[in-house]
Amino acid sequence: MLKISVNNRELSVGEDCNLLQLITIAGFAEQKIALAINGEFVAKNLYPTTKLAQRDNVDIVTPIGGG
Amino acid sequence: MQHTDTLTLYDSQFNSRFLLGTALYRSPAQMSEAIKASGSEFITLSLRRQNPQHNDGEAFWQLIKETGCKLLPNTAGCKSAKEAINLAEMSRELFATDWIKLEVIGDDYNLQPDPFELVIAARELIKRGFKVLPYCTDDLILCLRLRDAGCQVLMPWGAPIGTGQGLLNKYHLQSLRERITDIPLIIDAGLGSPSQAAAALEMGYDAVLLNTAVAKADDPALMAKAFSLAISAGRSAYLAGLMQRRQTATPSTPVLGQPFWHQQ
Repeated sequence: MLKISVNNRELSVGEDCNLLQLITIAGFAEQKIALAINGEFVAKNLYPTTKLAQRDNVDIVTPIGGG
Repeated sequence: MQHTDTLTLYDSQFNSRFLLGTALYRSPAQMSEAIKASGSEFITLSLRRQNPQHNDGEAFWQLIKETGCKLLPNTAGCKSAKEAINLAEMSRELFATDWIKLEVIGDDYNLQPDPFELVIAARELIKRGFKVLPYCTDDLILCLRLRDAGCQVLMPWGAPIGTGQGLLNKYHLQSLRERITDIPLIIDAGLGSPSQAAAALEMGYDAVLLNTAVAKADDPALMAKAFSLAISAGRSAYLAGLMQRRQTATPSTPVLGQPFWHQQ
């Protein structure tokens, strides 16, 4: 198992987990999101082929009001 | 009175000179009403980590789409060029726009932009094809560096975000307008009342961007309308040409033919 952090929340996922699977596990399936791993933006088309690593910090963001 | 002059930002034209934020409203409905009343065609928004169970992002997104406005995502809260660049990339993908309001904050107390990181981020984002609108201070050298980096719009602050203090440093803002005449300048942040927005437009600024003054008003839609009218009035005054200020009084009524006057 890999221990990772999603939006500062600890999560355990399988060794082969990719970003597309993680989005569902984290509860963001079908939502309008953008994503970064360890502070680096990851484009949507790379989700299926991007594997997670031990202690990765994942940020998943959604739209909100801003000034 | 309707103005026929339009605001050109990068390759886009706008009839409204009022850019409005979408945060801090008491309800989503209030936000929609305020945007409608403002006549704004360009609204700011952002990205944040949110609880997936609430799915607030989707509801917000639906309302934003219904406004029909052009979107200007921001990089609010970023404290380094790296953070801002990555958040800009996330915004571009999610909102499907190259436009970005670039914020890199250097001080937590007054939310003052970090000029050094701002220039680094602006240069990189422009290289990556973004249309960058940097939120900056009124420092002339910083603004020149941002223009050199390729920014075709600059957004100096009137005052720190959310203070409602208005145009705190009129001397610097006036100098900036006089020195930078080839690209649009927008006053972003710190405006508290419509008269302050009018003053910015009278000074020759091309537009204003604000949020708190409208969102925190007792009646946001009415305040949005008030700002819209003030911005329009300020722009008309600028185009009409303001009179020169004088130190001494000059009678407006002719002196010739004054009754009750007799040569001593």
